[in-house]
Amino acid sequence: MDFALIVQYALSGITVGSVYAIVAIGFNIIYCTTGIINFAQGEFLVVGAMTAISLTQVVPLPVAILGAVLITTVLGGLVELVFIRQVRNASVLRLVVITIGLSILIREAVLHIWDEKPWSLPYFTGTAVSTVSILGAHISLQVLWVLGVSAVIVTALTLFLRYTTTGQAMRACADDRMAARLCGVNDRWMVTLSFMLSAGIGALAGCVISPITQTQYDMGAPLAIKGFTVAILGGLGNSMAAVAAGLFLGLLEAFVVSVLPACYKEVVAIVVLLSILVLRPSGLFARRETSALRTA
Amino acid sequence: MMRVRVYYPVFAAAFLVVLLHLGLAATDKTYYMTQITMSAYYALVVIGLCLLMGYAGQISLGHAGFFAIGGYTIAVLTTYNLAGYRENSVVGLLRSLGFLTQWQDLYGRDVLSFSPWLSFVAAVLLTILIALAIGLPVIRLKGHYLAMATLGFGLIIYRIVLGARLFGQADGVSNVPAFQFLGNLQVNGRAPFRVQNYYIAWVAVLVAMVLALNLIHSRVGRALRSIHQSEEAAHSLGIDTYRYKLATFVLSAVFAAVGGALLTHYNGSIGPSEATVMKSVRYVAIVAVGGMANLWGAMVMGILLNFLSLRGVFGSYDDAVFGAILIGVMIFAPQGLLQVPRFAALASLLPRRSHD
Repeated sequence: MDFALIVQYALSGITVGSVYAIVAIGFNIIYCTTGIINFAQGEFLVVGAMTAISLTQVVPLPVAILGAVLITTVLGGLVELVFIRQVRNASVLRLVVITIGLSILIREAVLHIWDEKPWSLPYFTGTAVSTVSILGAHISLQVLWVLGVSAVIVTALTLFLRYTTTGQAMRACADDRMAARLCGVNDRWMVTLSFMLSAGIGALAGCVISPITQTQYDMGAPLAIKGFTVAILGGLGNSMAAVAAGLFLGLLEAFVVSVLPACYKEVVAIVVLLSILVLRPSGLFARRETSALRTA
Repeated sequence: MMRVRVYYPVFAAAFLVVLLHLGLAATDKTYYMTQITMSAYYALVVIGLCLLMGYAGQISLGHAGFFAIGGYTIAVLTTYNLAGYRENSVVGLLRSLGFLTQWQDLYGRDVLSFSPWLSFVAAVLLTILIALAIGLPVIRLKGHYLAMATLGFGLIIYRIVLGARLFGQADGVSNVPAFQFLGNLQVNGRAPFRVQNYYIAWVAVLVAMVLALNLIHSRVGRALRSIHQSEEAAHSLGIDTYRYKLATFVLSAVFAAVGGALLTHYNGSIGPSEATVMKSVRYVAIVAVGGMANLWGAMVMGILLNFLSLRGVFGSYDDAVFGAILIGVMIFAPQGLLQVPRFAALASLLPRRSHD
């Protein structure tokens, strides 16, 4: 394999990897405040991209994306208000099963609204064939958009959680919900906010990746499984580690495709997931004691 | 005395099955029996999953994978044509041992393949092996970790049957012969065998029910329920929780594989749509709506919902219906809809607790 080809594979790996990282961060936000794994996380990306595609028919691209992110954010909030909040004293497993049902309902709704065929947003800058050369490899301008937007999302989220009062309140809820409530934090609203936030982030990620991968109604589940793999790999709740883990999985997939048939690409992520669950359920970067809490 | 009482519903169910046959015959709707037979085989998966979810308290989002392992093993072994290797000494040996059967396919070609009985045993053994290999590490996990791990297993099986040429990729495997297991009795989907197969399928379901009822009313069943209620307490009483959970996982996988194997013989084919995650979620939804720790509820719902789905009642909203059922049951009736008073009393002894 010559050098340019390696760079090419590496860049495509980093591109998908950064999207996996965003999905994983979406998982983390909700997991931290509620302890729920939201199986419908992948569907937020699909809904975001599809809405943006429809909106581009009437408004310019940036407005369409902004609108799609807002609509999906509202959808995320509604999901929490209508389905999650209604269930009192529920076991985590019950809530998880509800999110599985939700992911099916959203997927079926997308199928009925947007049909089976793949759609895609136009390239943000240039066309499908405009490229830049980096170290002898040709990459699409959209790849730069994906990387840039991912970096912005991660930075903005970190700043939000660290320096704003709302962000600090969310972190307080994640740490100890009862203590946060005693300090006057409206913990119910924080849960809603976490669903809105991860839906919005998901929608934005769905929009930037759409020109490259296209968007189809059934894309959500595979994305969710990979996002979850990445979240576990980095340790649930650890967003910075999720970025590293996302890039790792993206690179691994990109290079595996160069040796194995492409239809087994998904298997790679799942094998990684199963082995990490069995060997180190608390993630690569965590201490061992915490893992004891998650297994029998 | 207690033990006989447990089987009263089995006799009642057998009676209703005959009654249903007479009713269908009287109204000239015997063609419904085809879908009832298919639903019965799907119900086998649901009964096994009910043991795992309702009694051992462990979720699995990968049971369509076990169904597919059973079905595809049967399909490949009974259709893989060894006629070209007739001279091979191993094939000759297998043949003299009676492991191979010679038959003609739809196009009148001679096929020499593994006999259905041998394939059936192989399918069950293979399922036990795979369920052990997956279960050994995975069943230690809890809650959503277990859910994701089993989902991952299901996806791997789906990708393999969709990707491998041996399994016919997107087309699946067709031309699977009938399974003539006793005298003239055979699992065969053709119209002349409809009534016979209706009863074969029901016998399979009722045998599975008797096995499952025996299990939950035994020492093992009590151990499982104690695990569901409080794993730590069960553990401290000296119950090997890990072994019981693993055994239930393997047993429910075998139920699923048997369902898959018999349905593949009945349909004469199997395709990758049987291995999708959506199918696994559907089985979970049916167990949930049947009342989790309620074998009869699971069986009735397994047959009813699959029958409606196969008749196309839900139209293009098929998957959405099962998603909605899952959400509705989990929000409004986590104990299930079919709460017969006797089971309600039982259920009150088993408060749901969180599995985090």
